[in-house]
Amino acid sequence: MKVTGGRAVPAHGRDPILRMEKITKRFGPVLANDQIDLVVREGSVHGLLGENGAGKTTLVNILYGLYQPDAGRMLLRGRQVRFTSPRSAIRQGIGMIHQQFMLVPPLTVAENIILGLPPRRSAFLDLRRVEAEIRTLSKTYRLDVDPRAPIWQLPVGIQQRVEILKALYRQADLFILDEPTSVLTPAESEALFEIVKRLVSEGRSVIFITHKLDEVMHVCNEVTVLRQGRVVATLPTTETTPAALARMMVGRDVVLRLEKGPARRNGVVLQIDGLRASNDRSLPALKGVSFAVQQGEVFGIAGVDGNGQTELAEVVSGLRRATAGRIMLRGVDVTNAPVRRRISQGLAYIPSDRHRFGVIPDLTVADNLVLKDFYHPPFAYRAILQPGTIRQHAAALAKRFDIRMAGIEQEVRQLSGGNQQKVVLAREVSGDPHLIVAMQPTRGLDVGASEFVLRTILAQRDRGAAVLYTSAELDEVLAVSDRVAVMFDGEIMGIVRPNEVSLEEVSLMMGGALRKLLLPPTEVNE
Amino acid sequence: MTLRLAATRLIPVWAVLAALMLGMLLVRLAGANPFVAYSELLRGAFADLFGFSTTLVKTTPLLFAGLGVAVALRAGLFNIGAEGQIYLGGLGATLVGVYLHGLPPVVHIPLTLFAGALAGGLWALLPIVLRVTRGVNEVITTLLMNYIGFFLVSWVVSGPLMEPGAPYPYSRALDPATNLPVLIPATDAHAGILIALFLALLLHLLFARTAYGFQLRAVGANPMASAYAGMNVRVTLVAAMVLGGALAGVAGAVEVTGLKHRLFEGFSPGYGYDAIVVAFLSNGQPLGVVAMSFFFGALRSGANIMQRSLGVPVAIVFAIQGLAVIFLAAGLAIQRRSLVLELLRARLKGGATTDAHVEAARHDAF
Repeated sequence: MKVTGGRAVPAHGRDPILRMEKITKRFGPVLANDQIDLVVREGSVHGLLGENGAGKTTLVNILYGLYQPDAGRMLLRGRQVRFTSPRSAIRQGIGMIHQQFMLVPPLTVAENIILGLPPRRSAFLDLRRVEAEIRTLSKTYRLDVDPRAPIWQLPVGIQQRVEILKALYRQADLFILDEPTSVLTPAESEALFEIVKRLVSEGRSVIFITHKLDEVMHVCNEVTVLRQGRVVATLPTTETTPAALARMMVGRDVVLRLEKGPARRNGVVLQIDGLRASNDRSLPALKGVSFAVQQGEVFGIAGVDGNGQTELAEVVSGLRRATAGRIMLRGVDVTNAPVRRRISQGLAYIPSDRHRFGVIPDLTVADNLVLKDFYHPPFAYRAILQPGTIRQHAAALAKRFDIRMAGIEQEVRQLSGGNQQKVVLAREVSGDPHLIVAMQPTRGLDVGASEFVLRTILAQRDRGAAVLYTSAELDEVLAVSDRVAVMFDGEIMGIVRPNEVSLEEVSLMMGGALRKLLLPPTEVNE
Repeated sequence: MTLRLAATRLIPVWAVLAALMLGMLLVRLAGANPFVAYSELLRGAFADLFGFSTTLVKTTPLLFAGLGVAVALRAGLFNIGAEGQIYLGGLGATLVGVYLHGLPPVVHIPLTLFAGALAGGLWALLPIVLRVTRGVNEVITTLLMNYIGFFLVSWVVSGPLMEPGAPYPYSRALDPATNLPVLIPATDAHAGILIALFLALLLHLLFARTAYGFQLRAVGANPMASAYAGMNVRVTLVAAMVLGGALAGVAGAVEVTGLKHRLFEGFSPGYGYDAIVVAFLSNGQPLGVVAMSFFFGALRSGANIMQRSLGVPVAIVFAIQGLAVIFLAAGLAIQRRSLVLELLRARLKGGATTDAHVEAARHDAF
């Protein structure tokens, strides 16, 4: 160990491991990176801060050999380098943990980690040895990953650790973490920060991409702030404040704030009693969940990815079978009823993965807007489609929800992510549903689009809809919800009011360390 | 924008034209003048009554079976089993034609066609049920069912149904009341082509104008989103495959009742496989299937004349067919927009574990 604690020598005093000079990258009319300079010092954590679309990911993709810069040069350990592919970047000791994991689902952890590596020692694959090595690495960094588990069985949080293991196994000395905490809970993030600190304490260097200010202050030695493809500033974190960084990042002061009035609750819409269900591996995912959602409130579900939220949303919307318990929707038992019956009872669903669950990218905007209603009047009489009505419907919704497109006959695949989500929102919300199940509806959207989604959902609440809201972003759940149920390991650890609970308590509940009904029991089913 | 769209839609046409151009080179290598050969081919396919009737006769089974593959394709399924479904359809029609007597043609003909459809549909049922319940890839099962169908017919016509004293395996003659009307006197051209055209039009309307067509397309394009929107993916997939099998079954029934009037061992020279080419080149569009099957029917019919008068081997036509598929694939790869290609890509990328159909079918299991 050269430097203990990683802070013995001020970061800005050390030698640079990486120097990127005047990097420019253009995509069509968009200037993604405009003459960006970035210097990363050895044994330090360098934060890359900026909003969605600021150019952070483009810059590191250039470093990782995924893109070729239009101009500029890179020096790694003082030598000029040019990476034509990730393979050459990896060979030079660069390890990247992408936002979207690059893993092969049917293969095991160990197989994924050695994928593409030349065999060592002999021509034969010694998986057992690899597994032992991975187990050791996993133990050292407290990653708790079973090298024999197939990737597709693992929750997102664990998959990220596999990516970290992959880079560790390849003995990377410059790690790129792209928004690594976006899928983690506070406790998990804390564990990740420990890993990052351990990495730099061994002389390795980390580029830490984020848009979260507290993370920058917490783990980074230095930070470069990007805005609209340009460097706003590079400075040591000891010489700045979160508020100052926020101003640099967005060019104005920001606070996460959602303006909403008090909930006007009025009668139970969704009542869930003792609900049990299994996950895809036939293991119990919901272990007796009970709660009620009322008209005119947003009922949030907080928890680490993979603690039963997905299964809960699927069971409520009819895509997963309940093994026990009861789901009452407006007084009707819909426990294992077909999706269409729930829809006719007033259910709407806003999924997390739009491309897979929300829209049919090959169909037109107009067709996607009638995906739930195409078979009945006024869109079809005796199974004969009414194209005129379908077009009018689409035009009206496109206007009301401000869907930006070339026309309603355009294929949805050609729309931006935000506009695709508007198509989903328009379809799901326009029928004035009684219950909206929203599953991470803002995932992958930029700030503006996220805000539109949240505002739409709150407007529905004020109209009188009951909303069941799930998100991996704790801040978001707390901001949007009137009540929040915290899930851990298939159980509800407690139901709380966001303004009456501390973040620390919620974190403890998400980690399963605290089981508490912070509301008096009468409040829950009032 | 519209020009681009038109270019995309016309890729199959370009592919066929390119194949014909390269085919000229092959004709030249075979020692004939390509222009003479092609005009001879054209003349053979259309100019005389006999040639034209042969074109119609060859088009008919390709059209039926091509529709059968196209319906499944619409729902995102690969029906490689049209050949077996043709054999079963022929068998079904033969049973009704051989064992039932004394019915008027107006009853007996529909009955044979229905029996063919039923047999073909049932032949497709097993693979699709395995698919939606167990996730067994239908490409493999439908393909393997072809062999079972072929040998089942071989056994039937050389055993239980064999014409006594026949020199090689074929069945007893069907009741004359099952014979389809002849379209052009003194030729083989039978009314099967009219039925096929009618069905193609019907399918076109089904796809373009009805809620069923909408659902088929939605499920084919994204089964998960369709399940979330309340559609029953499992039922849709089974219906599409069985309908496809039934259409291919009618191809077999029409071959028997319109042309041969007996069930012969190996009576289909691979119409079911050519139907896959026809459906893919048509991108699953029924009217495209009409055009493509007519084109290949004409090619086959004209090739015989070309061989007789110029000595250019018929095999050239099959080479042209193969080249058309290659050019199509190349064209689509450049455009990156095609039902078939998207499906193949999804399949190859997803592997067995993230198969969207299976996942969707699991979700709407109740």
